Amino acid sequence: MLDKEIMEKLAALVGQDNILTGKMDRLTYSYDATADLPRQMPDVVVLPTDSNMVQAIVRFARKHRIPIYPRGAGTNLSGGTIPIKQGIVLSFQKMNRILDVDPANLTAVVQPGVVIGALNAAVAPHGLIYPPDPGTVATATMGGSAAENSGGLRGLKYGVTKNYIMGMEVVLANGDKVRFGGKTVKNVTAYDFATLFIGSEGTLGIITELTAKLIPAPRFRRTMTGAFSTLADAGNAVAGIIAAQVIPATLEIMDRMTIQTVENFAHIGLPTEAEALLLIEVDGMSADLVQAEAEAVIQVVRDNHGDLCTAETDQERDQLWTARRNALPALASLNNTVILEDATVPRSRITDMLVACEQIGKKYNLTLGTFGHAGDGNLHPTILCDKHNEDEMARMHQAVDEIFQVALEFGGTLSGEHGIGMAKMRYLGNELGESGLNLIRTIKESLDPDYLLNPGKMVPAHEV
Amino acid sequence: MTETTTATRPSKTYHDELAIIRAELDKCMKCGNCMAVCPVYGVERKEAAVTRSKVAVAQAVLDGDLELDDPEVYEMAFNCLVCKSCMINCPTKVNFDHIMLALRAALVRKNGLPWLKKMIFSTLRHPKLFDAGMRLGATMQSLVFRSEKESRAISPRSPFSLVGGTIGFDAERKLPGLNSTPLREQVPEVVRVTDPVASVAFFTGDSLNYFYPEAGRDLIEVLTANNIEVHIPKGQNCCGVPVLVHGDIDTVRTLARNNIDVFEATGCDYLITGCGSCGGAWQHDYSELLANDPIYGPKAEKWAKQTYDISTFLTRIVRLRAPQGRIDKVVTYHDSCHLKKSMGVAAEPREILHLIPGVTFREMSAPDACCGSGGSYVLTHFQTASTIGRKKAEDIDRTGAETVSVGCPACMMQLLDNVHRFGAHQEVTHFISLLAESYRREKN
Repeated sequence: MLDKEIMEKLAALVGQDNILTGKMDRLTYSYDATADLPRQMPDVVVLPTDSNMVQAIVRFARKHRIPIYPRGAGTNLSGGTIPIKQGIVLSFQKMNRILDVDPANLTAVVQPGVVIGALNAAVAPHGLIYPPDPGTVATATMGGSAAENSGGLRGLKYGVTKNYIMGMEVVLANGDKVRFGGKTVKNVTAYDFATLFIGSEGTLGIITELTAKLIPAPRFRRTMTGAFSTLADAGNAVAGIIAAQVIPATLEIMDRMTIQTVENFAHIGLPTEAEALLLIEVDGMSADLVQAEAEAVIQVVRDNHGDLCTAETDQERDQLWTARRNALPALASLNNTVILEDATVPRSRITDMLVACEQIGKKYNLTLGTFGHAGDGNLHPTILCDKHNEDEMARMHQAVDEIFQVALEFGGTLSGEHGIGMAKMRYLGNELGESGLNLIRTIKESLDPDYLLNPGKMVPAHEV
Repeated sequence: MTETTTATRPSKTYHDELAIIRAELDKCMKCGNCMAVCPVYGVERKEAAVTRSKVAVAQAVLDGDLELDDPEVYEMAFNCLVCKSCMINCPTKVNFDHIMLALRAALVRKNGLPWLKKMIFSTLRHPKLFDAGMRLGATMQSLVFRSEKESRAISPRSPFSLVGGTIGFDAERKLPGLNSTPLREQVPEVVRVTDPVASVAFFTGDSLNYFYPEAGRDLIEVLTANNIEVHIPKGQNCCGVPVLVHGDIDTVRTLARNNIDVFEATGCDYLITGCGSCGGAWQHDYSELLANDPIYGPKAEKWAKQTYDISTFLTRIVRLRAPQGRIDKVVTYHDSCHLKKSMGVAAEPREILHLIPGVTFREMSAPDACCGSGGSYVLTHFQTASTIGRKKAEDIDRTGAETVSVGCPACMMQLLDNVHRFGAHQEVTHFISLLAESYRREKN
């Protein structure tokens, strides 16, 4: 706990309006959206209003050796914002201004607290979009999603957050403020700093401004679903679509457990006997091209014995999307704890991974449904359990260990889009090896030698 | 709510014991989807303002990590409009309204009601006293407020505008005038028609009775124009929502039982409301509050199924006669929180507006975003409420509409103030008044 004198100095530094010290307020910053993790109250919450204030806070924290936990909206799924070593939560909820929308350069400049959906609303009148669309677009911030390198449903065709950040302003652990990148498409001046900070989970520096890349909004789209009686057929359809040289904007899959749960939850007439359901959306700037792509997809679905449904109107499209939108809510309604993983495999191993997840669920006698982004191999095996049942929670932890092990065996990765944070730190060595862990520590220590920025996250402590 | 026998009724509800709400708290994943829609969070931008954090605080109170009478907890518990917007956006369907009511009731059990609330709420339990007070208010208001004929609104006079400035009672404040003759005194207890197609009982609520009796008369007129007999029992009292949201459970249960008795006596099959909060009370709150009552519990459940907003009744139960009188106006519609999010009424008022010849309907952006009223929230949290209201007024302005229609009198009061303070002084009216006007113009 910070002593009274330090708290008073900090309050004087940032102003009473920008600091929360009461127990109730601090409690509300002790968690984020991640299930099954320890909670910890920070000593204090500071809500900076500009980057100079961030600099002043970092210098103050460095002088007094206080940990800093940067936080956007706290919607991440890896414990990335839990202030596990107390100290200061640096919440960017007040730095939420869109500073510039530049249709000529296809860029926008935003403060880190801008919500992704708010940016999209601001650029829509120009016929533009900011494509990364994690499930939390309506709440997650630009700073948080850059720090976590968020993905989303359009990753296959449009990429993820790292493909859309062109420049930044960052406050470093030593208190320096550095700006790099900008509105130019090409920029090879020095290191590619943006890539260093994107996905750094707040462990290397504090993002105080972002220049985002925008693209013209696709003008046409076609949406369809295919229901398959075997996982192999569904997997072959995914491969077939790519082989037909179509890159859909959305290529989502749901397993039988998810289909049945959604149907029980929402009663929308899903084929509950199917083993897998694919949701496919193609889009583009030309009606002819989109139509040709849709026809190619339809052919592939039929060739793989899929039961096809196509949307002719926006209302019908909405109906097809209802199943996917309800996947998480429906599964979550089954119990009080939702363990949502994001193990990711090469696209060609999707079927193997779905089968493996189902078997792991059975082996540990757990309620497990899998849905996710088939097009980019990013699956969400989701385990529903009772946090008051110790035995079940222990089995869940074993199942999660095994899911990650299998994903790595298939040539995949621990995390496609949620990040490492606290939740997956113990698995890092399995993917990167000791030399990889040392590389992480080397980078961390060169930028933040005192481990003041988001300590306890991503970077495993040295063995002692 | 399913039919339950006397034997299976719980001895207490969540209104009586905070721990009963724990299962509801467990449903919250802390995903934060509530942040996208919570009007208070939208203004205050700190965690304690938003739903998931209020859930976490309630959990902490039950776990002993926070004290119920911590002043911060008290302030947080009442910094909520109970607009239920978060519940629409909640993936796990947390009944947050139950949590909020359970928490407030627990606070009142522990600390008692503040004296001012106690005084006001106790008069509600004595309808004659309350009625006398409201009439006295109607004659006294000219001392405190100056009236404006064209908008039928009143504003605080100096010096009241000076001392009341901090809670929004500045000279800019627009309020509906208290009517010296309440609605229920203006109309007979039964308005008969020849060969009625249906017989309904109209629950007026206090707002239509005292502040907007003309809208109440319009509602009755529309029903009779459709050949429906209307009972307006004089013994009815406040629906109780204003005291329920302040945690005064004893009073709301008393009000609920009395209202049930009064409406049982009408012998009508349908109960009609013109206010989302009143209708929501009959559809949901009464059966929740009286779940442990072997006599009134089943009656409340019966009436829950027989309660309809006027727009639902006209479009789903009877087919209203298409109005012929022309009203050449550009009209928009504000979805009142309790009407849409508690009663599930959104399409019906729009259908009615579309039926009126001459009405050009323009949808506003985010029509179901809260107006900031929250009953008394606007009085206790004026700054936040007025920032919410400014956004609503701007959305209304952008439609170019000259009339804002709405289905809930509490929103009418707030919108009246919003459009005068921040907007283009649009006319604010209950949608039923536009329909009544169209029927009246048929005769001209």
